[in-house]
Amino acid sequence: MAIKKRKKDLNFFERIYIVEIIKGMILTLKNMFRPKFTMEYPEVKFEPPASYRGRPVLVLDENGKERCVACGLCSRVCPALAIEVRAAETELEKERYPELFEINMLRCIFCGFCEEVCPEEAIVMSKDYELVFTNREDAIFGKDKLLVPIENLKDRIEFLRRFK
Amino acid sequence: MNIWEIIIITIVKILIAITTLLLSVAYMVYFERKISAWAQNRLGPNRVGYKGLLQPFADVFKLLLKEDIVPEAANKTLHTLAPFISLFVAFATYAVVPIGPTINLFGYEIKLVVADVNIGILYVLALTSLGVYGITLAGWSSGSKYSLLGGIRSSAQMISYEVSMGFSIAGVLLISESLRPIDIVNAQYGLMWNAIIQPIGFITFVVSAFAETNRLPFDLPEAEPELVGGYHTEYSSFKFAGFFLAEYANMIIASCLIVTLYLGGWQIPFIDKFGLNPALTTILQVFAFLFKTAFVLFVFIWVRWSIPRFRYDQLMNIGWKVMFPLSLVNIIWVAILIMIFKI
Repeated sequence: MAIKKRKKDLNFFERIYIVEIIKGMILTLKNMFRPKFTMEYPEVKFEPPASYRGRPVLVLDENGKERCVACGLCSRVCPALAIEVRAAETELEKERYPELFEINMLRCIFCGFCEEVCPEEAIVMSKDYELVFTNREDAIFGKDKLLVPIENLKDRIEFLRRFK
Repeated sequence: MNIWEIIIITIVKILIAITTLLLSVAYMVYFERKISAWAQNRLGPNRVGYKGLLQPFADVFKLLLKEDIVPEAANKTLHTLAPFISLFVAFATYAVVPIGPTINLFGYEIKLVVADVNIGILYVLALTSLGVYGITLAGWSSGSKYSLLGGIRSSAQMISYEVSMGFSIAGVLLISESLRPIDIVNAQYGLMWNAIIQPIGFITFVVSAFAETNRLPFDLPEAEPELVGGYHTEYSSFKFAGFFLAEYANMIIASCLIVTLYLGGWQIPFIDKFGLNPALTTILQVFAFLFKTAFVLFVFIWVRWSIPRFRYDQLMNIGWKVMFPLSLVNIIWVAILIMIFKI
């Protein structure tokens, strides 16, 4: 019976390794001269696509009013318990607005559930990924930091309408 | 030369050697980080200074400013002593490495080596095998099992490689008929480099040098997956920097030795045929030595990113069953060469 050659059986040159090692080293050397694809971050900013989930923001409508009706669904669904909403009513009939809307960015895990559950398209994930704080109080974002004009969020809302 | 002149010249040489070694160690770290980055298509350090050239100083300051922690279970004296043993051994080896031929400066004949001793190679072998004490003591005195394992692995590795290293050098000594590093370099005149006439010895020596300096693929004393860090797990701040320095100094010295023993030292083949003036020739030769050393250092880093780490038993298998017989074959080969060609 002929001895079957197995795939893992190495030939002589493979067994003395030297040739294989040199092959591997040449591969590494070639790699050193390939173009680098590192982005030099603070100078060159990364422009995320519409599907990117940056920090959650509240949408400020064309006429300067917030869309949020303080239903509290986002705060309910938030797995990290990062969102706090306190509702109040307006003069208008059946209109509510968030008197207080806070997201603790130390807890937020950018899961996007709040955006998914929002019936009013009022809370969406933005493209903002630069989050820096020097103390824990600064990490609690109130309405002043959360409200963003709708013009800046066009492609995210577009994306949500197409794929959500 | 009277005795005082000799002492002053030697002190100057020592100072120059130590400063260049310290500086080159610092820049070695930069060099390594850059090449590692290139091998992975990254940019590497480029923030501090032009193209990141001041990075080594930033690293040093950071290391010095860190808190120095000594574990409760540690043997305090040995724990402090260990990095200095490693450092001392690494720096002391440098004394016998010749970086150029004899030069004539201000009417003095100056040899470009700190100590021109006639047992240079024995001195190197003796000191490099002492290096393992620093590592083993560090592992043992830390009072941590991970560190202890790292130290023990290191000693097992050293024992496996010392023998084949010694035997590979024997081939060189047979040809040059001297233990003095300058004579060894002189014996490699023209293209009679030891790397060319005894390739097997060259390979075994280079592999042993990699093992000796604890570089990949043989960096068993330090292995994050199984040892947390290695023999230096319990070290921080300046003492850790000591090991760091020693490792890179070892690497530079290993490259110097490879160049001296096998790649012709400062020799540039057939430079005397061009009829250059002697001063220029000397300068070129010193640069040739530095260039060759830099190239070997580049190979050290290059290999690091090409070959994965050897397993513990594989390493000893190679050391005893492959390298040792190969180095014996090399000695026989050299003996035959000498018999036939009367080199």
